[in-house]
Amino acid sequence: MSDDNLIRTEKLVKVYPMGASKVTALNRVNLSFRRGEFAGLVGPSGSGKTTFLNIVGSLDTPTSGSAGVLGRKIETLSHREAAALRNRSIGFIFQTFNLLPVYTAYENVEFPLLLLKVPSAQRRQMIMDALDWVGLSDRADSRPSQLSGGESQRVAIARAMVKKPPLLLADEPTANLDAENSHHILRTMEKLNRELGTSFLFATHDEKVIGYLRRKITLVDGRVDHDEPLQPSTGTGA
Amino acid sequence: MITLRLALRNILGTGIRAWLNAFIISLALVASTWNQGVVAGMDEQAAQAAQALEYGGGQYWQENYDPYDPLTLEEAHAPLPGELQRLVDEGKAAAMLVVQGSIYPQGRMRSILLKGIDPRQRLLDFPTSALAESGAALPALIGSRFAKAVGLRTGDSVTLRWREPGGAFNAQDATIVHVMQTTLASIDSNQVWLPLERLQEMARLPGEATLVTLAPGTPSPEAPPGWTFRDIDYLLRDLRELVKTKSVGRVVFLVIFLSLGMLAIFDTQVLSIFRRRREIGTLVALGFTRGQVIRLFTLEGALHGILAVILGALWGLPLLWLQARLGFAVPAGTEGMGISIGEKIYPAYGAGYVLGIVLLSLAVTTLVSLLPTRRIARLKPTDALRGRTS
Ligand SMILES: Nc1ncnc2c1ncn2[C@@H]1O[C@H](COP(=O)(O)OP(=O)(O)OP(=O)(O)O)[C@@H](O)[C@H]1O
Ligand SMILES: [Mg+2]
Repeated sequence: MSDDNLIRTEKLVKVYPMGASKVTALNRVNLSFRRGEFAGLVGPSGSGKTTFLNIVGSLDTPTSGSAGVLGRKIETLSHREAAALRNRSIGFIFQTFNLLPVYTAYENVEFPLLLLKVPSAQRRQMIMDALDWVGLSDRADSRPSQLSGGESQRVAIARAMVKKPPLLLADEPTANLDAENSHHILRTMEKLNRELGTSFLFATHDEKVIGYLRRKITLVDGRVDHDEPLQPSTGTGA
Repeated sequence: MITLRLALRNILGTGIRAWLNAFIISLALVASTWNQGVVAGMDEQAAQAAQALEYGGGQYWQENYDPYDPLTLEEAHAPLPGELQRLVDEGKAAAMLVVQGSIYPQGRMRSILLKGIDPRQRLLDFPTSALAESGAALPALIGSRFAKAVGLRTGDSVTLRWREPGGAFNAQDATIVHVMQTTLASIDSNQVWLPLERLQEMARLPGEATLVTLAPGTPSPEAPPGWTFRDIDYLLRDLRELVKTKSVGRVVFLVIFLSLGMLAIFDTQVLSIFRRRREIGTLVALGFTRGQVIRLFTLEGALHGILAVILGALWGLPLLWLQARLGFAVPAGTEGMGISIGEKIYPAYGAGYVLGIVLLSLAVTTLVSLLPTRRIARLKPTDALRGRTS
């Protein structure tokens, strides 16, 4: 796997048992992503977007075929190795934000660093930097219940980005946000992609998200239907 | 460490529910400790009373003496051997003669024991001086419960009957000179205390005794031939057995409240694993292993046990301490338990017992918290993140 090759799937298949029958969520998908991409999977509901993200994120395993991520073969990883890969190298953003409700914004962002055993001396600066990226330095002590949806998602981005992972996976990150907040977080992510070199891979229906993408992959029934480069129409890109 | 921190935050975040669960377990701890303390206090007080009033520092028994078989009494007496007589003369022991007899209160015969004791003895905490001070022809001392049972009062006269060694019956009137307040049945029920020398005359057994009680703390010389030494442990054995039968209460408290607590925790655990599926998925996405998630939830459950200990200490310690200081008034109706416990029991809590039940409840809490986490092991992270159960 070459140096700037981040993800490479070969004949990736995922089949879910569905009572007596089976659902083929991914059907021999071959996709590659290089470092620094800002790409998105689009396609109708049930086309396999989330499934692809989950496998690449080592939350799920392929039924057959192969998924290479950051030089590791997902299908060969043990539970522990998969957890370590997620902890060290992959950030997740969810539609429902998924902040830990008992922790403050600061503590939510701190959590991955604690798992990584980052010494406390460095931790504080890293957390404040991450909150600064998303413009929430002043809300460090707020709890998730005191934050708006947009603010919650920004904390979630800070939490995913604080360890500066090479890969960030975002599944419908704007589905629960209004237009203004959606643009706000998309601009933030675009900026992080540019400044930190983090690759972003989205799964989305949202035209606002698609407007920021530089590559759009359309899935239909678990297969790649189109794979096309885009010229970002919105955003602050150079 | 990270799991412990998160567990602590989660558990304190659930608020009242966690404290309610903990409170039930703390009930088990405190109630059981209290019960154990009361029983131990009862045991100690009863043992003390029995020693002060009856057993002293141990007893020499004439070898035929068997307190459970009055029929042996006819043979259970012998002249005091020299070494025992010396102890009696030095005031380090008191001799006693026990003779079977009967009285006729309200016209009905009642078998009793006539017990002779030296009116000037000092080593038993026993108002024998009443026998010495009285001018009555035959002064007699009885216990309060017996007095009530047969309707005798101070100043009353009662006819005593007994058998002489030859087999002939003899009778004499005695005057009740004192009714002693006591709860110790073995010096009270169905017995009449007389001056030792008078009883020896009446029974024609001059210089003889059935048993000799040592003053507390006196070293016990070897028993002379024909006599057996009974140490305090032997003498208190029955009492201890009796008290033991009363300690089932602490087990009941422990089992009932602990079971309730465990049920509540189990329920809480199952519910929280179900409600927090998405959180479990998030933790896994952030890099938690399945084992860490299981550890987190187990810890959260087990923390209930620790909260219970803290809570129990907060409300239980002052209460238990106060109880130990003020004493526990024996409820009316429990007097007939056959042991002397006075009007109040002062609980004596056992540190070992408390430590034991604390460790037990922590262990059980942890186990009960661990059981529902098997669900986590079966939960797929992708399903958890969608808020689904597998
Ligand atoms: N755990 C599962 N068990 C059974 N079938 C599943 C499971 N997860 C996904 N599927 C099925 O796999 C297919 C692909 O699902 P996936 O969630 O990847 O679609 P998606 O493109 O993300 O859809 P959406 O846009 O609605 O989020 C669907 O038909 C879905 O029903
Ligand atoms: Mg999806």
